[in-house]
Amino acid sequence: MKVPAEKKMEMLRSMLLTRAFEDALQVLCQIQGKIPGMMILCTGQEAVASGVCAALQNEDFIISNHRSHGHLLAKGADPKALMAEIYGKRTGCNKGKSGTLHLAVPEVNAPCTTTVVGGGLPISVGVAFAQKYRKESAVTVCLFGDGAADEGSFHESLNLASLWQLPVLFVCENNLYAGAQRFEEHTRVKSIADRAAGYPMPGVVVDGNDAPAVYTATLRARETAANGGGPTLLECRTYRCRGHGEADPQHYQPKEEIALWKQRCPILKLEKEMLQKGILSAEELEKLREDSRKAVQEAVRFAEESPWPDVAEAFQDVYVSDL
Amino acid sequence: MQQLGMGQAVQQALREEMLRDPNVFLAGEGVGVSIHFNPYLPTHGLLEEFGPERVKDTPVSEQAIAGLAVGASVAGLRPVVEIMFNPFFTLASDMIVNHAAKLRYLSGGKSTFPLVVRIKTGAGFGAGCQHSHNLEAWVAHSPGLKVVMPSSPADAKGLLKSAIRDENPVVFLEDMTLYFMPGPVPQEEYLTPIGKAEVKREGTHVTVVAWSKMVGVALKAASQLAEEGIDVEVVDLRSLVPLDKETLLGSVRKTGRLVVLHEATRTGGFAGEICAVVMEEVFWNLKAPFRRVTGPDIPVPVSPPLERFYIPDEEKLKAAIREII
Ligand SMILES: Cc1ncc(C[n+]2csc(CCOP(=O)(O)OP(=O)(O)O)c2C)c(N)n1
Repeated sequence: MKVPAEKKMEMLRSMLLTRAFEDALQVLCQIQGKIPGMMILCTGQEAVASGVCAALQNEDFIISNHRSHGHLLAKGADPKALMAEIYGKRTGCNKGKSGTLHLAVPEVNAPCTTTVVGGGLPISVGVAFAQKYRKESAVTVCLFGDGAADEGSFHESLNLASLWQLPVLFVCENNLYAGAQRFEEHTRVKSIADRAAGYPMPGVVVDGNDAPAVYTATLRARETAANGGGPTLLECRTYRCRGHGEADPQHYQPKEEIALWKQRCPILKLEKEMLQKGILSAEELEKLREDSRKAVQEAVRFAEESPWPDVAEAFQDVYVSDL
Repeated sequence: MQQLGMGQAVQQALREEMLRDPNVFLAGEGVGVSIHFNPYLPTHGLLEEFGPERVKDTPVSEQAIAGLAVGASVAGLRPVVEIMFNPFFTLASDMIVNHAAKLRYLSGGKSTFPLVVRIKTGAGFGAGCQHSHNLEAWVAHSPGLKVVMPSSPADAKGLLKSAIRDENPVVFLEDMTLYFMPGPVPQEEYLTPIGKAEVKREGTHVTVVAWSKMVGVALKAASQLAEEGIDVEVVDLRSLVPLDKETLLGSVRKTGRLVVLHEATRTGGFAGEICAVVMEEVFWNLKAPFRRVTGPDIPVPVSPPLERFYIPDEEKLKAAIREII
């Protein structure tokens, strides 16, 4: 399938934005007292989120996990609201309740993000159930890591989604690590997609550093799901270039492996392809990079200048109306 | 005496018990190779020392981790398994609450489950409510489990060694803030009995009952109030189940006033249980109503000012004490 040039442009733009956003966070999280909590980045994995989201319609839902920045930005979340939330400011998309780990952006149909590994899978089944129940044409995408496929929730969710033929895409972002465990240290399957056979549903493996390939595979799975054909398990093979979080010294990741995968940077790959094909000029590329840097600078400025929440606000939003 | 953080004290207890009893083994996410490389953390270095047969890194599979402990313990081993953060206990809870706690009873006392589930707990590191949620009252509400929550490195070591030798399932909750607050730990072999509270500071005007990280808050408040002439007795419960009623009631009988302090949220929190026990047993000795100083009934928020507000501190405790003096 030929991927339209404007889709490639869309993917490149969202990957560049995510990279710039996280490059800034990489620095900011080192400043004592600046950013609360852990800092979990998707640097080098941007093609998964960008490829998947480019294949979705606005009305489609995504359910994300602890490594969510790329997913949400690619789905169209406002970088300012995300950044302010990551700072814990009142103007953040979740008023400072969530921080980086559970960013919820219902405005772009990403109504909840969970940092409980495997927690998103059953929820995505529920969202897809609602879509089918209301006879909508929209689908749901659940993004999760290879480690999440070891939780019981993965197996229960795939079975139920298959049994009821729900419009859900299970997108496993296999970055070769789950915490400090390499892929083959936590499971004996050669590929997460192999597990699809057990439920059953199509199991597809795609190069997760190739945004157009992810896009194409997602588009197909989306077609199937939206037309009543049920779920797909799509495994995107990629690599966690940084530690699990920014405090992780990566002592268990071979240096050569990291270096190798850095060369396989999904952004450089798409840039090169687009330049070669003549659908992107060097000037346009520079402009795209500049735009993403500016958007991130603006987001950081907004977060810095935003006020902290008042302690009284801690009691708000537990229930729909305060008790 | 050696000065250790609570994580290092836990590490010593694990090491000593593994050397003593070949049936003791560890399992959990990152108990061997971890995303942290930090000697202050409880299982640091144990894989190198005891090898992968006895220090088992598991997949992200909490139910299987807890179930492994249930099965291995009934088959004669002494599992010590780790749940990374207290909220993930909910994924393991079927095996702990429905199984570890009940299977001995269901066997009419024939089967035993000598296992320890270590759980890292506590707010204060900005990770939010899916990483910080003190659930000790949930566990204490499940007959068949012992529940231990140490406040100092020395207690952690002695209590964990007792937990490993206990014939019952023990849930052992470690507040992560305490990993980085060194305290004295005896070098020689010792056991701290489970089910014995400790009077950390004697006083005559009011009893403050606390456990885990909140004991430190209580002691700080007590020494500040001493300057105002208020004499606070601090009781460190150390274990919620079994509850040392004798020490608790003895203290309240003496002071006639009670404030219970815990980080967990208020409604259904263990402070309610303490107050009920005191009410039932020593009502006629009371000079004033109880006070509870607890986390508010909200999930732990991330934003630094909100998280600071969530965690009970000396000021809130002192205010509550002043109200009833
Ligand atoms: C239920 C649960 N158990 C453990 C954790 C701690 N934890 C956070 S991320 C993670 C590894 C997840 O690996 P994977 O699913 O492959 O995602 P990745 O981090 O590689 O993106 C672990 C163990 C958690 N958040 N939730």
